[in-house]
Amino acid sequence: MAAASADNSAIETARAAPHSSQTVGSPALSVQSLRVTFGTNQGTLTAVEDIGLNIAPGKTLALVGESGSGKSVTSLAIIRLLAGRGRISEGSIALRGKDGAVKDLAQMAEPELEAIRGNDLGMVFQEPMTSLNPVLTVGEQIAEPIRIHMGLSRRDAMLRAIEMLDRVGIPAPAARARQYLHEFSGGMRQRVTIAIALACDPVLLLADEPTTALDVTVQMQILNLLRKLQAEQGMAMLFVTHNLGVVAEIAHEVAVMYAGQIVEQGSVREVLKTPRHPYTRGLLACVPQLGSASALKNSGSPLFSIPGMVPSLRDMPKGCRFAARCPHAQPKCTVDTPEPVLTDTGNRVRCIRWNEI
Amino acid sequence: MTLYLVRRFAAGILLLLALSMLVFFLLRLAPGDPISSYIDPMASMTEADMERLRQSLGLDQPLPFQYVYWLGEALSGDLGRSLQRNGQPVLDLLSTSIGPSMLLMLTGSTLAIIFGVIIGIVGAVRRDGPVDLTLAALSSLGVSSPAFLTSLVGLYVFSGVLQWAPAGGMQDPGMPFTVSGLLKHLALPALILAFGQTALIARYMRSSLLEVLHQDYIRTARAKGVPGRMVILKHAVRNALLPVVTLIGSTLGLAVGGAIFIESVFNWPGMGLLMVTAVEARDYPLIMGGTLMVGAWVILANIMTDVAYAFIDPRIKVG
Amino acid sequence: MTVARFLPDMKSPTGRALRRFVGNPSAMLGLALMVAFLLVMFIYPAVSAIGPNSIDLLAINKPPSLAHWLGTDGVGRDVFARLLEGGRVSLLVALTSSVASLVIGFAVGAVAGLGGRFADAGAMRAVDVAMTLPPVILLLVLASITGPGIGPTILVISLLSWPVLSRLVRSRLLELGQRDFVVASRGMGAGLGSLIRRHALPNTIDILVVFVTLQVANAILLEAGLSFLGLGVPPPDASWGNMLFAARSTTVLTNYPWQWMFPGLALVVVVLAINFIGDGLRDAFDPRSEGG
Repeated sequence: MAAASADNSAIETARAAPHSSQTVGSPALSVQSLRVTFGTNQGTLTAVEDIGLNIAPGKTLALVGESGSGKSVTSLAIIRLLAGRGRISEGSIALRGKDGAVKDLAQMAEPELEAIRGNDLGMVFQEPMTSLNPVLTVGEQIAEPIRIHMGLSRRDAMLRAIEMLDRVGIPAPAARARQYLHEFSGGMRQRVTIAIALACDPVLLLADEPTTALDVTVQMQILNLLRKLQAEQGMAMLFVTHNLGVVAEIAHEVAVMYAGQIVEQGSVREVLKTPRHPYTRGLLACVPQLGSASALKNSGSPLFSIPGMVPSLRDMPKGCRFAARCPHAQPKCTVDTPEPVLTDTGNRVRCIRWNEI
Repeated sequence: MTLYLVRRFAAGILLLLALSMLVFFLLRLAPGDPISSYIDPMASMTEADMERLRQSLGLDQPLPFQYVYWLGEALSGDLGRSLQRNGQPVLDLLSTSIGPSMLLMLTGSTLAIIFGVIIGIVGAVRRDGPVDLTLAALSSLGVSSPAFLTSLVGLYVFSGVLQWAPAGGMQDPGMPFTVSGLLKHLALPALILAFGQTALIARYMRSSLLEVLHQDYIRTARAKGVPGRMVILKHAVRNALLPVVTLIGSTLGLAVGGAIFIESVFNWPGMGLLMVTAVEARDYPLIMGGTLMVGAWVILANIMTDVAYAFIDPRIKVG
Repeated sequence: MTVARFLPDMKSPTGRALRRFVGNPSAMLGLALMVAFLLVMFIYPAVSAIGPNSIDLLAINKPPSLAHWLGTDGVGRDVFARLLEGGRVSLLVALTSSVASLVIGFAVGAVAGLGGRFADAGAMRAVDVAMTLPPVILLLVLASITGPGIGPTILVISLLSWPVLSRLVRSRLLELGQRDFVVASRGMGAGLGSLIRRHALPNTIDILVVFVTLQVANAILLEAGLSFLGLGVPPPDASWGNMLFAARSTTVLTNYPWQWMFPGLALVVVVLAINFIGDGLRDAFDPRSEGG
């Protein structure tokens, strides 16, 4: 709040001073050896462990994996909104705030977090149908973080909210701001949640499967919008998705998660072109290539899918967690726990046989 | 909105008609001569007079005709005469007692809504805390304690033992009307009426709020950095109140039941007391009139609830 | 939980429901209270010389003592003996009227649910009208027709209480009516009677059990309310309601509180216990409830 109200005109600042200028080189977000556990009646379960991520300002890192791989848990842990009895039991989450100071979110108490959330850190959720409040006008919902964090009056906050609606591509923003949620379509709602997340000009945007619930054409519009806004505001983005096609579209870096660990991480170009981890290869093989449908049909071969299932959190196998489903698994894979290794292409891979296969 | 209201009122009037038919025919099953409800008991009449009156009132006709006749009279404002109380017109008796009843029921229900909503919020936010557990115990007790028992206990404790409250009535006898005197007499019966309903509303509010707190938009509000207290008061409570509003209609209906007992224990000169004395004396015209009045009140309360709900919930478009 | 292990056939739905019921602490508490109360109610008169209407002229309006555990009333009758007698009367009225409204409610609901469109519309409009009035008002109207007495009280409460049940039964049966086997039985010429016997009854048994339990508590309250207004069970028969009726006199209310407090307490405890049992049964039958 203090950072924003120090500016004379908060509204102008949003466009005038992208963060990238002041923080060149150092990451906006740096997550180190993060571990999240959930207390249950049957004991403590580890949902994700040894997560390390760096995102530079203006860059997008995509967190990819099947459902249950821990990608959503990771993003919720960063904003410290883990549900129920989930908690961070290890690791640090360093965020470089708008004032340039680096803070460890993992160590913060709730009141300090409230000053960060929605301010330095915005989040867009998966379900636009349920993630907005049905009894408040859309304008009020966007204006709320502006009033809280920037200290603007109700009137000024509403003006900025209308401006935000305009920026996320909603026509007739002043009229729309007075409307309620049920008057918006799914794609429009997701634009509204983006406007809320970006209202205070955050340094980092967490996008948890923001396009999954939308039609394909609307998906593309939202991705383009996010890219455009990122170019304008210069924020870093953590983009959680299970869709590799979307990754290629929006991300600079990618981290592939499997069973609570990052199994491969690197630039999008390298990881998608020369995947080293057998799981990444499997995922890529699952994506049908455009124009290959008729070829597939003629050859009679089914769409590729990875056999088997993600292991349960309750009994994680020893050694490599993917071994049971891996076409290249050898006996030693179920003995030694693989550590991330740097490959020749600059990727980090959690596989002991990465250069043999 | 106007169209919606017109439709709702039309349906309400139909329901009221059906109700009057039901009660009319039920009461005709009762022993006794219906002619007596049209006679001023003070006037002396011969058998021949009675027979002539019977014919002019259509009481020698079959029941459906009698009903139509009764309805015509009722619509022109004549609900007949009471069989007791010197044959006063039923409408006069009802109109003098409706005010005190409304005062008692609206005060009681308002208190119940305020207490119920607050207790429900605290119960949900501090789930399984002391307030929540007390609420659970009290709401079990509130549902199982009938109004006549809580009235007796209340009267015994606050009027008998502690001497804080007057023993009944609306005014101190022989004293001029004062607002403070009225409030002094109103407080205890209104609180007792509120007791049973508070438990119900609090229970409902609690579960509604608990459900809302699990919604995605609550997480969105927290992700915006809205402080915890405001998340609950601004985002959660407003949504949780919506279903509670629908409960208010039935609360007002239930209040009638509770008010009957409370009025007769506290000697509160309302419709309840009137109805009970009417039933004791088998004063059928008065029972008929009173029942219709209560029915109209319940139907109106339900319409008002629906309209209020439509106003509060932006998702509902009426019109 | 330990008791649960000895229950038979735990895999059947009924067995599972029974197990959930036994595992519910408040339901078990309610059951224990009810059993204890019933035992005292039926054993005490057999072992005690003091009857509900025996008069002790030396003890009029006396507070609780060794001779009269809960004191005596204005004509020297023992409050404890009358309280137990009142319990028997209240339970008699409640059980009889609950069974009667069960039969009416089920019959109307079944006819509405299985009998086709016109039967349905007619029955449900009647239910709507009956449910417009607050129950107590309808109670008063009916009571003014029948007059006081145990029989009329039972009649009045039975007539009052069935509409809720018939709605529940109807909606369950409408859900069921779509299913193949009902259509099949109809196709094979099964009449309404056999449809009710073979399909409606077994498929609504959970609703019926829960209704009849909670209705007993409800009927106890209704009887007490009527008698309290002097319109239900008349003296000299004892009932909790007419024992409370005595407290409408200010002298009794303030000077002899034992005369009305104990019956009031008995009323609350019994109603609470039955409600606990009823809620326990409802949770036990509900497949969505946790555990089991």
